[in-house]
Amino acid sequence: MRRESFFARNPSVVVFLLCLAAFTLVVSVMSEGAGAGLISTSFIKTLGKTLCLCLVAVAMDLVWGYTGILSLGHFAFFGLGGYMVGMWLMYQRTHDIVAASMANATIPPTEQEIVDAIGTQIFGVVGSSEFPPVWAFADSLVIQLALVVLIPGLLALVFGWLAFRSRVTGVYLSILTQAMTLALSLYLFQNDSGLRGNNGLSGLQNLPGVEASQAVVSIWFLWASALALGLGYLLAAWVVSGKFGSVIRGIRDDEARVRFLGYSVEGYKLFIFVLTAVIAGIAGALYYPQAGIINPAEVAPIASIYLAVWVAIGGRGRLYGAVIGAAFVSLVSTWFTGGQVPSVNLGFYRIDWVEWWQVILGLSFVLVTLFAPKGIGGLFDLLAGRIVPNRHGADYGPDKGSFQEAEGRE
Amino acid sequence: MTMLLEVSGVSVTFDGFRAINNLSFNIGKAEMRAIIGPNGAGKTTFMDIVTGKTRPDEGKVLWGDKSISLIRMSEAQIARAGVGRKFQRPTVFEDQNVFDNLLLALKKNRSPFSVLTYKKSGEDVTKVEALATEIGLRDQLGRKSGELSHGQKQWLEIGMLLAQDPQLLLVDEPAAGMTHEEREHTTSLLVEAAKTRAVVVVEHDMEFVRRLNCKVTVLHEGSVLAEGSLDHVTANQQVIDVYLGR
Ligand SMILES: Nc1ncnc2c1ncn2[C@@H]1O[C@H](COP(=O)(O)OP(=O)(O)OP(=O)(O)O)[C@@H](O)[C@H]1O
Ligand SMILES: [Mg+2]
Repeated sequence: MRRESFFARNPSVVVFLLCLAAFTLVVSVMSEGAGAGLISTSFIKTLGKTLCLCLVAVAMDLVWGYTGILSLGHFAFFGLGGYMVGMWLMYQRTHDIVAASMANATIPPTEQEIVDAIGTQIFGVVGSSEFPPVWAFADSLVIQLALVVLIPGLLALVFGWLAFRSRVTGVYLSILTQAMTLALSLYLFQNDSGLRGNNGLSGLQNLPGVEASQAVVSIWFLWASALALGLGYLLAAWVVSGKFGSVIRGIRDDEARVRFLGYSVEGYKLFIFVLTAVIAGIAGALYYPQAGIINPAEVAPIASIYLAVWVAIGGRGRLYGAVIGAAFVSLVSTWFTGGQVPSVNLGFYRIDWVEWWQVILGLSFVLVTLFAPKGIGGLFDLLAGRIVPNRHGADYGPDKGSFQEAEGRE
Repeated sequence: MTMLLEVSGVSVTFDGFRAINNLSFNIGKAEMRAIIGPNGAGKTTFMDIVTGKTRPDEGKVLWGDKSISLIRMSEAQIARAGVGRKFQRPTVFEDQNVFDNLLLALKKNRSPFSVLTYKKSGEDVTKVEALATEIGLRDQLGRKSGELSHGQKQWLEIGMLLAQDPQLLLVDEPAAGMTHEEREHTTSLLVEAAKTRAVVVVEHDMEFVRRLNCKVTVLHEGSVLAEGSLDHVTANQQVIDVYLGR
């Protein structure tokens, strides 16, 4: 029970951060942007996006694996983060284009004329040219970045406060979170939601005022995503390592008992719910500029269910499990659904992987849940064959090599 | 003597069934009390009411020198006010080791932010170690509590109660499933605790109750049937009819 440093008590965090740094370095060096051209820019973007998915999976593990709240709505927060940053990207880029084209006019345009022209450009597709009120701050990067954190945080605060206060738990809470993300996506689908309906926001890969090519920009985003994942992982590991982690795991296993110890269970749940929503928002804000486009389908209920599947397959209740699950499943999924996998012709039936992948994923989810509740992360404990050392619950195995492996398979 | 807990005229109905019927019950500051009674008499439900798990339909539950009503308070608030509870079946956090279980219960600021920044002090470690010694789990501190024997889990739960440093301990069937020696250890733990605080023990085992050597309250169909020394209540014909003579 001696006092040791955080890293000495959690060696797996050090291993993870080193693997992440090594991965980012190797990928950067091999990239097109660095001149090597061994990895295409589009694949760099896929890897960068994968890191963002790993980050939202860490958040999911925190809320589900550690606190026992099976939220099936965290992609709503992820999507909102994307929309917030997307609004600035779209506004500013359109502004630059419009200003440039108007600059040659004989009479210099007034600021109002520029704004009107931007409105026509952006909202033409939904038959409007007026800026809806939600775009009030779209011209300010600083405010939109603040909203990346504030909007998901606020939604989580209000939703969580209502749900936890009335002691909604288990399946009912899961259904409620699904309803939340469904409602959000239906709202965004409407043209008069002010966020371009089903068109969503596009052209997000172009950074306004940046001359660099996509090959270089993709590396920046890879780094930013890796940094965010590293910091998010560190924060999550810190939260779960101490007494706070002990309380939330207690809530997961027996929340009534925690209450009778004098802890306000609702307060703790709300704290974790809001914290993870904010992490999800940040992950989304980094994801969508790499994807280039965001539309309401991104926050459809199924997206949040996938998130739970990743964490289950990777192994919940251990942070590296969430990362492995998200990286592995989303990359394999990209591979299968990308159409590169040849179909198998059985004579009487053609197995088309784009569709069958869903079946495989669903099946592996069921199998993992039934036979390997610890997920892929649990396999590493088996492989290492180590006896659980005599220390505090949270820190599991030393090995995070798997992360690289999952990436390396591609 | 001023009372620590005053329950008066409390009733609870579950789907038309009156589990607690106009119950009144008082306990003083450093007092041991045993509650006995047949299955379904309402003993556990009584504890549920005091700890805020069940809201009574009518009646008063007053607490402490200032006679605060516990009825509107949440479970966590009541626990922080100084009521500790041990459940009928042992409930410890099986996934966590004995040390963490005790540390979780240790009386400290319970708000999320202060728990987040909590650093284990030498003083707290000493307290936990002393408690572990008291409950006979000094050598098991690093073990997952799920691996403990049934009796050890019961002690750990009593240890967690003591760690909370409550003024009132509500203990539901602490000796169930224990061997003879384990029972003796449990008795001494409770008797020791009752020197400085109020302890209410629900127990079916008469041998155990006798060793506690305290005032006994007999519950039947949700209200008090008899109260007094063990010899006094066991001589009561009604008590013999509904409970002892079954
Ligand atoms: N939540 C509930 N809903 C419906 N009925 C309940 C509830 N809790 C308790 N009861 C009923 O109230 C009565 C009293 O139950 P209680 O658990 O308090 O008895 P007890 O004295 O603790 O019995 P035992 O000695 O078996 O533990 C029982 O008939 C029980 O079925
Ligand atoms: Mg009972």
